[in-house]
Amino acid sequence: MRFVDEFREPELISKTAEEIRRLAGRDRHYRMMEVCGGHTHAIYRFGLKDILPENIELIHGPGCPVCVLPMGRIDDGLAIAQEPDVIFAAFGDMMRVPGTQGSPLEHKARGVDVRIVYSPSDALKLARLNPEKHVMFFAIGFETTGPSTALTMMRAKAEGIGNFSVFCNHVTIIPAIRAILDSPDMRLDAFIGPGHVSSVIGCRPYEWIAQNERKPIVVSGFEPLDMLQSIVMLLRQLRAGEAKVENQYKRVVPWEGNRAALKAMAEVFQLRPYFEWRGLGFISQSALRINDKYAKFDAEQRFEVPGIRVTDPKAAQCGEVLKGVLKPHQCKLFGRECTPEHPVGALMVSSEGSCAAYHNYEHRKAVTVSLSSIA
Amino acid sequence: MVSDFAPTRFRDPQIDMAHGAGGKASRKLVEGLFAPLLFGAAPGPLGDAAYVDFDGTAVAITTDSFVVKPLSFPGGSIGELAVNGTVNDLAVSGAKAEALVVSYVLEAGLPTPILEGEVRAMAKAARDAGVRIAAGDTKVVEHGKADQMYVTTTGIGRLLHGVNVDPRSVRVGDRILLSGPIGDHGITILLARGELDLEADLRSDTRSVLPLVESLIRAAGPGIRWMRDPTRGGAATSLNELARDCGLGMVLFEDQIPVRDTVRGACELLGLDPLHIANEGQFLAVVSPEYADAAINALCLAPGGSEAQVIGEVREQPAGTVLVTTLYGGSRILDMLVGDPLPRIC
Repeated sequence: MRFVDEFREPELISKTAEEIRRLAGRDRHYRMMEVCGGHTHAIYRFGLKDILPENIELIHGPGCPVCVLPMGRIDDGLAIAQEPDVIFAAFGDMMRVPGTQGSPLEHKARGVDVRIVYSPSDALKLARLNPEKHVMFFAIGFETTGPSTALTMMRAKAEGIGNFSVFCNHVTIIPAIRAILDSPDMRLDAFIGPGHVSSVIGCRPYEWIAQNERKPIVVSGFEPLDMLQSIVMLLRQLRAGEAKVENQYKRVVPWEGNRAALKAMAEVFQLRPYFEWRGLGFISQSALRINDKYAKFDAEQRFEVPGIRVTDPKAAQCGEVLKGVLKPHQCKLFGRECTPEHPVGALMVSSEGSCAAYHNYEHRKAVTVSLSSIA
Repeated sequence: MVSDFAPTRFRDPQIDMAHGAGGKASRKLVEGLFAPLLFGAAPGPLGDAAYVDFDGTAVAITTDSFVVKPLSFPGGSIGELAVNGTVNDLAVSGAKAEALVVSYVLEAGLPTPILEGEVRAMAKAARDAGVRIAAGDTKVVEHGKADQMYVTTTGIGRLLHGVNVDPRSVRVGDRILLSGPIGDHGITILLARGELDLEADLRSDTRSVLPLVESLIRAAGPGIRWMRDPTRGGAATSLNELARDCGLGMVLFEDQIPVRDTVRGACELLGLDPLHIANEGQFLAVVSPEYADAAINALCLAPGGSEAQVIGEVREQPAGTVLVTTLYGGSRILDMLVGDPLPRIC
């Protein structure tokens, strides 16, 4: 398959893995954070940890928008869904995410009109097809999905569609990285930068990480070879004592980003003063709201939103796992109270969350290894 | 009154779609509620069909309900699925379907041409599979109380000689065979629903697998330990059930698993794993190593079996688990499907 198989070529992968082993040597330990949930998923799916030397440790970052969404926001969205004649539309990613009264799918089973859409414009299409109903799109995502939400709202406004609104949960990546770096128990050497987010925002917004924090960052693609090559680039910087922003994912990410996409976001959104992140707490200027020009399409302004706040269970150690202080399986709830079928904490919710990825792909492997090493 | 039934373990407060998706939740429902009350405390591994003994003659019996939406899709329709699905459940249980009974639940307002088309499809599929439709029943429910039509088929089959399938007979070193490319049916249905604005040149793989199973039995009968048609929940779910039932590890070689480029492409786009996608015309078999070559040769030479592959082998570790080894020496655990496969976007 074109554009995929080239980046999964076994020979190139083993050569690159060899180069990583050579560069990493044995004299020190490297802690690299992959910011994006897509990278976390790829690491487990392709079994990349198995081919990396032991002294390279990958820490899974906050870049899974489903995982970091506080449960109260889901409750708020589902409260609107239960208003008369409302269709709740969201990406498949959201469907199993639990609110206090159950997930969107569970609400659907109880008769709430919940639809899975593949893009915000499909939600707008639903609104056109169901003029007697109100379609609310539950928007999530970083700058990756923000532009398509914005463009859809611009189209809704241009067409004068009155029965469509957006419940906006869009977040921005830079403040999350900053929160992680500001955390006192954080020890990181370098970042594997998000690929799809960067296709919108470009590489410039990361420059402070290199210049002020002296941490190398390489924006990376999602195929095995992309990720290994990014690790090579990071190791070269670290060995040379450098800290630069580099772009491995040039086939998708322009250095300056996508101006048209950024313009659409600026047209529709403005920064919220602060927003709560599951596992990380309140982060200032880290999320987007719909600006006054588009108030008509803002579900938070059109409907009574209960504004529910649900605190994560104390025993869940999502924050520590997010910051790389704990490995997923070191959390007290992992695999017992907290599983992909019944997630307690944020990171177990989406398959891109580090706990779910670890549970699905890695957990029992580790159990097997430890059992055999005892025997 | 003291109940003398085995204790139930199913604690979910309500039935959700996931309980019907063929993965973990379905298994919990069957093992936690149906099996203890209907089959007693220790029913043994639950297969695709049951064996019933009549004065020394064993027959296989199975049943399946079909609720697919849309009713017809590229490569097939609900009528064909209803026949082939039951014929296949019997075939992988080592039995040839002899007779089917069929029940229809019809929604008032269903246009007659649609019903007639499906009944014709069933008649043709039954003729192709060499099975008689012996009896039937029809119920009509109010408009809005069902989705056009549901079909249930129950089949009885004669046991095929020279084969005995039992997950507990699986041994370390056995080979895992797959009859052809996976994911065609599930992805075809997903696209045919038209909700994703994706198009692909792809057809459902619905067919009777009986001829392939018969070829396999002729060539390697004594070596066959287990067979299953990986429908809902996909190959991943079938192999996880086997791993659990036999307590051994199933190790798959990712590069050996046949998947069409169209299915791979759709799965890459939608964030799905072909191993979790439903099939309607493929089957998995575990064969002892000395019969593996004969088995794969027989399948490849049989009509419709040219893409059969050895996709893995049974190992002691990781016990009770399916492990996929990637092209370049990495590996990952392959779990059962949790709920329905949902496209991932962000």
